[in-house]
Amino acid sequence: MSNSTQTGLGKYKENLLSIKKSFLGSFLRSGMPTSDKSRTAVVVNNFFLHLHGAKTHTNTLKPSYTLGLGLISFFLLVIAFISGGFLMVYYSPSIGTAFNAVKDINFVVISGKLMRNIHKWSGEAMIIFVLLHMARVVYTNSYKRGREFNWVIGVVLLILTFVLNLTGYMLPWDQLSYWALVIVSNIAAAPKELTDIFGITQYFDIGGATKEVLLGGTAPGQNSLTRVYLLHIILLPLGICTALGVHFWRVRKDGGLSKPDIVGDRETGVAFISPPQKTGGIFPTHKTYGLMELARGRTPAVDNDVENTVTSWPNLFVAEIAVFIFTLAGVIAYSYFIDAPLKEFANAAIPENPAKAPWYFLGLQELVSYSAFMGGQGLPGLAIAGLLLIPYLDREQEHFGIWFSNRQGRMVAIESFIVGAAAVIGSLAFVINFGWFRNWWPKIHQLWIIAINPGNLLLGFVVAYSLFVIKRTGSTRMGAISLFTMFLVCYVILTYTGTVLRGPNWEFYWSASQWPIH
Amino acid sequence: MIKKTRNTEGVSRRDFLGLAAFGAAILGSIGVLAGSLRFVKADVYSEESKKFKIGKKENFPIGTTRKFDDKNVFIFSDDNGLFAISAICTHLGCIVSPSEFGFQCPCHGSRYDENGNVIGGPAPRPLEWYEINQEVDGTLFIDAGKAVPQGTKYLFA
Repeated sequence: MSNSTQTGLGKYKENLLSIKKSFLGSFLRSGMPTSDKSRTAVVVNNFFLHLHGAKTHTNTLKPSYTLGLGLISFFLLVIAFISGGFLMVYYSPSIGTAFNAVKDINFVVISGKLMRNIHKWSGEAMIIFVLLHMARVVYTNSYKRGREFNWVIGVVLLILTFVLNLTGYMLPWDQLSYWALVIVSNIAAAPKELTDIFGITQYFDIGGATKEVLLGGTAPGQNSLTRVYLLHIILLPLGICTALGVHFWRVRKDGGLSKPDIVGDRETGVAFISPPQKTGGIFPTHKTYGLMELARGRTPAVDNDVENTVTSWPNLFVAEIAVFIFTLAGVIAYSYFIDAPLKEFANAAIPENPAKAPWYFLGLQELVSYSAFMGGQGLPGLAIAGLLLIPYLDREQEHFGIWFSNRQGRMVAIESFIVGAAAVIGSLAFVINFGWFRNWWPKIHQLWIIAINPGNLLLGFVVAYSLFVIKRTGSTRMGAISLFTMFLVCYVILTYTGTVLRGPNWEFYWSASQWPIH
Repeated sequence: MIKKTRNTEGVSRRDFLGLAAFGAAILGSIGVLAGSLRFVKADVYSEESKKFKIGKKENFPIGTTRKFDDKNVFIFSDDNGLFAISAICTHLGCIVSPSEFGFQCPCHGSRYDENGNVIGGPAPRPLEWYEINQEVDGTLFIDAGKAVPQGTKYLFA
């Protein structure tokens, strides 16, 4: 029965019956994929899928290359966004109601505690995985060949991750929130240390102005909570989404994930990849290779897709979904067993003792306990500047996409790990045992402490040692490995010290069980 | 003659006007943004007054040590008079507590002697001393917005 002879209702009925097929077809635009050509089309024709290339290099699919770290960070962000949306149902950003709302979420709302834990832990896990992702990028030498600026965006994403976590920490308006806000706002005001020395604070109080803008006043109060809330739910998420969009977009423009120059044919070693299917679609059955497939690179390989690529559908998407489900399962399992902390209602008269920042800032708190300005602004600023400069100071093009570049790189990484750990433990041991200038000469001028304190010396040592590595090996790449390794070691050990080894009055204890009872 | 006036300095009139317009657009936009940022800093915030009454001087016989918890100020009284010392650590704003050597901050371990001088830890400045005044009816009040030199003690009639 041809269309022209159908009645109106007949056509209607036929359309109704074929809705499933026609809707799916309109959604995927080219129907369910059956050949390599249509597998390509389904990616290219889909807004979300075309974030990926139609073809994916087999090296990208090697779990031992990427470790899935960037993807895990992204999925953690998605989980944090969704769980955060749920928390917003009950939360209200007023110092009178915020604490009760969070308590309600914890104790009254069904699965509220789990939801809050998921939000908290997915956010904090992001810090760990973003750092690990950075480490992967550094150690596989992937910050080169057009990717320099994407590394810069990555560092911006790291900072946004930290600030998002920190602002979230302040929202429950409990003791932890309040005293974190006090300390952070005073770190913002720390340039006062410098302006005081030069006697220009009354004319140019940059620290005081920053603090006032952050707090919306001179002391933490309703204005502060409003501003922190604004940052946490609008400005920073918008910022991180924008930066993430550019981050992904640039990865694609740079030809997908980094990979070594030479990847052996079919040496994928990845079990789950389905091999290219050279029939159907645009490939006539009697031909063995298709020159139509032009991708980056110069080696045509017979019966093998150009440059060891396979179709993203389903190879890449299967891998991504697997990473997602494991990430989600991990977060839920952790959140089921470990509760996010919630202390008493904020009390401006009694600080916690010890008053600790959230764990990811306890390394900085250790540095802050030498000098507020250097520990809170100077040293983190220099560390970030150092990270940003890595791709611009190391421009060696060899060994791209290879873990640790070569044997020498592995040795440098191990050596820098040991040297960095020794330096940071040594400086901590010295300060803990002997104190610093203020303990020896109470009247010493503050400028001396800003200029010479254990944090500065540590940073100076790290920079000097990486320069020494460059000189010894004649390779800036080795310097980059050394610098980043020492940065990571310092961050981890300082954080551990601040978290575990510091007790009441910021004094040293081997464990919390030795803290005095009071 | 006409040629000379057109192209003497290398920038044509058209280019100059174009650049000037483009520059003005950028400068104007930056100016608007910078001006808008001023929005986030109010001239006055509705906050608690820094001045607060502490009662008559008879409440503070010689040897008194008292802390006004909600104001974070210590009041001391000795032979030379009354004096008020801030309880806010000059390092990062935690609240110090009295100890055997003077004051101790819990957050980053700053230590002060009994006059508020730093004797250890990261604090950059001594604790602030505040002005104490007397109302006409004899009530004393502290102005925590007004720092006075260390050692300023007040004797009231």
